[in-house]
Amino acid sequence: MNREPENVPEPAPLLQVDGLTRMFGHVTGCRDVSFELHPGEILGVVGESGSGKTTLLRCLSGKLTPTAGAAVFDSRRHGPVNVFELSEQDRRRLQREEWGFVHQNPRDGLRMRVSGGANVAEPLMNLGDRHYGRMRQATVDWLSRVELDIGRVDDKPRNFSGGMQQRIQIARNLIHAPRLVFMDEPTGGLDVSVQARLLDLLRELVRDLDLSAIIVTHDMGVARLMADRLLVMKDGCVVETGLTDQVLDDAHHAYTQLLVSSVLQI
Amino acid sequence: MSTLADASNRETSLYNFAYLDEQTKRMIRRAILKAIAIPGYQVPFGSREMPVPYGWGTGGIQVTAAVIGPDDVFKCIDQGADDTTNAVSIRRFFARVADVRTTEATDEATIIQSRHRIPERPLENGQIMVFQVPQPEPLRGLEPRETETRAMHAYEEYGLQYVSLYENVSAYGRIAATAGYPVMIDERYLMSPSPIPKFDNPKMDMSPALLLFGAGREKRIYAVPPYTRVRSLDFEDYPFETQTWEDACALCGAKDSYLDEVVLDDDDHRMFVCSDSSHCATRRDAGFTGPMSGHELARGEDGDTA
Repeated sequence: MNREPENVPEPAPLLQVDGLTRMFGHVTGCRDVSFELHPGEILGVVGESGSGKTTLLRCLSGKLTPTAGAAVFDSRRHGPVNVFELSEQDRRRLQREEWGFVHQNPRDGLRMRVSGGANVAEPLMNLGDRHYGRMRQATVDWLSRVELDIGRVDDKPRNFSGGMQQRIQIARNLIHAPRLVFMDEPTGGLDVSVQARLLDLLRELVRDLDLSAIIVTHDMGVARLMADRLLVMKDGCVVETGLTDQVLDDAHHAYTQLLVSSVLQI
Repeated sequence: MSTLADASNRETSLYNFAYLDEQTKRMIRRAILKAIAIPGYQVPFGSREMPVPYGWGTGGIQVTAAVIGPDDVFKCIDQGADDTTNAVSIRRFFARVADVRTTEATDEATIIQSRHRIPERPLENGQIMVFQVPQPEPLRGLEPRETETRAMHAYEEYGLQYVSLYENVSAYGRIAATAGYPVMIDERYLMSPSPIPKFDNPKMDMSPALLLFGAGREKRIYAVPPYTRVRSLDFEDYPFETQTWEDACALCGAKDSYLDEVVLDDDDHRMFVCSDSSHCATRRDAGFTGPMSGHELARGEDGDTA
């Protein structure tokens, strides 16, 4: 992977997470998670069901308040700020302006009652665009960018297949040029061929736009294709972290070894 | 005769003035004062059971009951008309429980309760319009969660409302929404003006009258104080427009009023008449005529041809 030359000083991290803990009563959601995410970097979070991946993602994206810890985001508007110390208004604005969130189930991330085009254009309206023609053009551009038939721009999401719905959701989350996109199992309920094409598309978009992303997945293939670095979680804790190829090819922790060896071969 | 009147008085005196008890009226007045202080903000209130079903104007009746006094002159319209069942019933209700004078003339009334219309005649200083509101939340159709819509109002996040306008333009090539057209109050709160036609939206802007909105089932009261800016939402390239008609009123010839289409028979005969019955009658009395003057629809309840 094409990284910065050695002598250039490392840019400030986009997101710096420190000791993030979320308890549900005395059940651990995630415990003492710390990492840094740099601009343009894609971080994969892998682990089995119930290992705290989604809880971590929900905390980081401001949907869930953590029990302890901090996540400092280098925002355009405020500079580096602890996301959890922002007022609700500022946090919502940050989510709107600088973040995207791709849900596993497109139904959670789309408004099913309004057309695909309006779904894609909504983030622009949320940011104050009041010119229909301009938004329409941006919508059509984005639909063709995610390889959807632009003739169907006014169809309702329910008339699209699962893979297409996911493409609409991706367009909706990228149209406002966010700096950080959270993805929760973005290729979850899709069949493998659709999944492969979607991953291809996602990888291309993320590289083109120089996005940073945090991708939660239990699919090692997705992690291998998409992520620069991996965080392996078990029982709410991070058990191993490192470059993706390093973690997958030379797993140190027993659980990671088990995880890697569980991948089915054809 | 006198015994009958006595009996009637005794019967009505069992009710408090204007039906509601004084504590309830106080509670509603507090909500109204708060609503006036924060124009366009939906104030929750303890809506009471009324002697009519939800959807027949319980919110409006409660607001009227809280603000009406013995000296008031009450007018009630439904879809612009004074003589429809609902309007007649509510007018009689207040004539009976508050013993106030009622009228059909817009300029005589001090309180006008309405569903679906604002009278054509410009409102005046000191008048109060009371609207019956079925759904006070303009964002509800797009966002079902009350917690979320409240946050959106609190933080002025009104981008979502434009999604419905966007849908309109992409489907019809223009903003086709006609009633309950969303407005910004004093550039702060997004408000649903109850299902009045967008034709009436401009009448709310800088109106000298106080506009009160009551939603009985949804338990919300909101208000637009006199001389407040009311802006209908639109896009830069699709500006706000009101409805227009090619026809004039068939009875009074008015070209600038809101017209209802009336189907006359099965042979495709129809007429357009003013939805504001009082406005139309006033014009006919003043000698204005339309292409179908003298039609039986022009006859009032007591059969006189105006």
